[in-house]
Amino acid sequence: MEKEKTLGKEIQNLNEVTVRFAGDSGDGMQLTGTQFSDTTALVGNDLGTLPDYPAEIRAPAGTLYGVSGFQVHFSSNDIHTPGDTPDVLVAMNPAALKVNLKDLKQNGMIIANTDSFDSKNLKMAGYNSNPLEDGSLSNYKLYPVPITSLTSNALKESTLTTKEITRCKNFFALGLSYWLFNRPLEPTLKWIKDKFAKRPEIAEANTIALKAGYYFGDSTEIFTTRYQIEPAHLPKGIYRNISGNEAIALGFITASLKSNLPLFLGSYPITPASDILHYLSLFKNYGVKTFQAEDEIAGITAAIGAAYGGSLAITTTSGPGMALKTEGMGLAVMTELPLVIINIQRGGPSTGLPTKTEQADLFQAIFGRNGEAPIPVLATSTPSNCFYMSLEAARIAIKYMTPVILLSDGYIANGTEPWRLPKVEEIPDMPVKFATEKDGFAPYARNENLARPWALPGTPGLEHRIGGLEKAHITGNVSYDPENHEFMVRLRAQRIQNIQNDIPDLEVVGDPEGELLVLGWGGTYGAITEAVTKARKERLKVSQAHLKYLFPMPKNTKDVLKRFKKILIPELNLGQLATVVKAQFLVEPVSLTKIKGLPFKTSEIYGKIKEILGGGNGR
Amino acid sequence: MADNIDAKEIKLTAKDFASDQDVRWCPGCGNYSILAQVQRSFPDIGVKKENIVWVSGIGCSSRFPYYMNTYGFHGIHGRAPAIATGLKIARPDLSVWVATGDGDLLSIGGNHFIHACRKNIDLKVLLFNNRIYGLTKGQYSPTSEKGKITKSTPYGSVDYPFNPISLALGAEATFVARTIDREPKHMQEIIKRAAAHKGFAFVEVFQNCNIFNDGAYSLLTEKETKADNVVVLEHGKPLVFGKDNSKGIKLDGFKPVVVDLNDGRNSINDLWVHDDHDESPARAFILSQFTETPGLPTPIGVFRAIVKETYDEGIQTQIQRITEKKGKGDLKSLLYSGGTWEVN
Ligand code: SF4
Repeated sequence: MEKEKTLGKEIQNLNEVTVRFAGDSGDGMQLTGTQFSDTTALVGNDLGTLPDYPAEIRAPAGTLYGVSGFQVHFSSNDIHTPGDTPDVLVAMNPAALKVNLKDLKQNGMIIANTDSFDSKNLKMAGYNSNPLEDGSLSNYKLYPVPITSLTSNALKESTLTTKEITRCKNFFALGLSYWLFNRPLEPTLKWIKDKFAKRPEIAEANTIALKAGYYFGDSTEIFTTRYQIEPAHLPKGIYRNISGNEAIALGFITASLKSNLPLFLGSYPITPASDILHYLSLFKNYGVKTFQAEDEIAGITAAIGAAYGGSLAITTTSGPGMALKTEGMGLAVMTELPLVIINIQRGGPSTGLPTKTEQADLFQAIFGRNGEAPIPVLATSTPSNCFYMSLEAARIAIKYMTPVILLSDGYIANGTEPWRLPKVEEIPDMPVKFATEKDGFAPYARNENLARPWALPGTPGLEHRIGGLEKAHITGNVSYDPENHEFMVRLRAQRIQNIQNDIPDLEVVGDPEGELLVLGWGGTYGAITEAVTKARKERLKVSQAHLKYLFPMPKNTKDVLKRFKKILIPELNLGQLATVVKAQFLVEPVSLTKIKGLPFKTSEIYGKIKEILGGGNGR
Repeated sequence: MADNIDAKEIKLTAKDFASDQDVRWCPGCGNYSILAQVQRSFPDIGVKKENIVWVSGIGCSSRFPYYMNTYGFHGIHGRAPAIATGLKIARPDLSVWVATGDGDLLSIGGNHFIHACRKNIDLKVLLFNNRIYGLTKGQYSPTSEKGKITKSTPYGSVDYPFNPISLALGAEATFVARTIDREPKHMQEIIKRAAAHKGFAFVEVFQNCNIFNDGAYSLLTEKETKADNVVVLEHGKPLVFGKDNSKGIKLDGFKPVVVDLNDGRNSINDLWVHDDHDESPARAFILSQFTETPGLPTPIGVFRAIVKETYDEGIQTQIQRITEKKGKGDLKSLLYSGGTWEVN
């Protein structure tokens, strides 16, 4: 586009770029990053994103802890992570520069909003002198741009207040970034039009700011080069850009349609899970019922009530909410009702790090209940994988009449990637058969899956009572009989263990046996994949396997583990999967742990692989 | 409301509502009467047996669902209103009842209770209020009077109790009533009115726990004292009580005053006429506070019965409206929405 205008500017082709937008939490960096990602997806690059924002909604302006960032990694190749080290940093103020500079590549590009580098902001960020002027950034390509004043200039005709005009500056920065990486403005222009349909003056101002940023790149002397990243060679198909939380919402609506069960969500707002509640609340015309409960406990218990009534019932939360739902999970175990409990893990313990990612709820998911209360535990590995694991969670819950825990994390929940959409007819049906026959009906009779019948209130002749007290086998009457209790405890355990026969094998990528297996679970998938791919390119003898079913684990897990001399388990916790694997399979994995509220970098995992395999010994 | 049908057409009897389970309350417990009155009134509420669900929490009262030959869900402590809420949202066609106690509903389940009240979800909640913890063997409860001596308060409790009726009114419940285990006819009447109410119905039942708190309501139940200590609320009728209806209650500003109808100074026309349809809960609240005021009788009957849209209706209406506007959703348009692009 705009061919003639690019005259005089060199165009350089790149395979991949990582850009980080950073500013105050009120600067609209999440919006800028999301728009940039969506447009980048539309032009056909593969991409990964990492939003990183503070827990405070509007932390005091200019402070280091109020900095909000959004990183986008995009490429003409197949990629799996948001990138380790940004090539470009867009810093809207000194604090954003200070916080993010350490991550920037050597000789990386900094686009800094010079207008905000005044003495007050510099002081707040802890700078004694202006880094844009004192030569301390000489190792970087520095592009000082007075973003605020250029935005105000472009909007001098506008009737908006000065404050409102200043707020348009993120669109200027976005426009400039579009110019720099040769992306079209149209998707964002359309978005602005829709979003601000009721405030045309705001729509107009943002449009002008966006275009001003774009044309500034064209006309200024500062930038001499533009960059081109060709579309990625992705498999044929129709794609959309998707976040993990959105994919979970779509997954459960799909499960609802495929099972013919109305979807019910009982939920209490909690970061970073609330978006699932937000998305699902939009789909009333799919018959979705969302109940924003008075608390986490009501969220799960209402879902249990809905399950009893014949809904596909789910409840969404994050770590602290998970703790509150524990008793409810026990009730679902005892009443043997299908229910999916979705935990978008965040930094813990307690309130912990609400907006940061972690994988430290694995023990809680597998073991964290009173009594012998087995619940299948599944984990998502990428934003688009959230869709498929949601279908799986629903399938298992319905088929085995059991609660299922689905673990995701803040990183996958908010991160996005292009998703090749499945053909709707390829998604299997999930048939459900409710009990209707009076003859021979018993609430705790068993089918071939050891599942009890799902008998809905409203069915004549099947009136029965269930509850949290121990049930007598078959009749479901309250029973304190010692033999019966032991029998039922074992039966419940067996029923869940049998799910092993109904899940795919653990797949090994790379050689099926050898020196080193990197075993992962959850959101570490991208970083592990890139690290292993890189190591294998260097002919290191390393393979990869990723667990999506944590409890029970696939049948062949032990086999797979025994075929490797060493097992490396990278986790964002103190080694929870490693402990589980040790106990179950009597192997001694090497644990690589990180608890910073941030995902692994590819280099961290790659470094560990190198370290284990030694300088060439592993070849 | 669930599948309304002509009551006579079903021809159910109290017996049809009795399950095959042995009732395991202590002999003499007030719960027996509640169970009997529910079973006696249910043939008249016009709902098919299979469309009724009893949900409960934990406590003596919460064993109730096991004894009813309807659908039943014995939940966990305090959560019955939440379980019932989920069920009612999912299945507005069902008639959903909650059996609960003072510890279950007002202590551990307090939050669920007030939110169910304010949402006006179409549930019927029967609170078996014995002012004590029975199943855990005799600790004081949130409705025990201050100074109560129990195992956990050997020197007397130092906290003030909840007044369940005041609490329900404060939380904007649309139907609020009280009855007594020893008043079978009255209880049946109240249960039927609760059943007929469209929206959240709260019924406090004064229930005697003869093991841990025997005689808690004896003033209201014993022949000699009953008349002077109980006033029966009836819509459109003046507040009269006492032996031979010799006393009445007059409202002096916000202050209820007992008057003697035989002393020639006041006639029945001067009395407070009860209006349970009053939109404002103010007068009902004054009534609820009678129990806190020495000299005033304890009201039983319906304090408040007003009509407004229920939560479950609201949800249904919204789904209908959005579906009419957007058309029924299908899978293809669900997935293939937002910005999509094709890779060839
Ligand atoms: S303990 Fe009290 S309330 Fe419980 S069953 Fe016995 S008498 Fe009834």
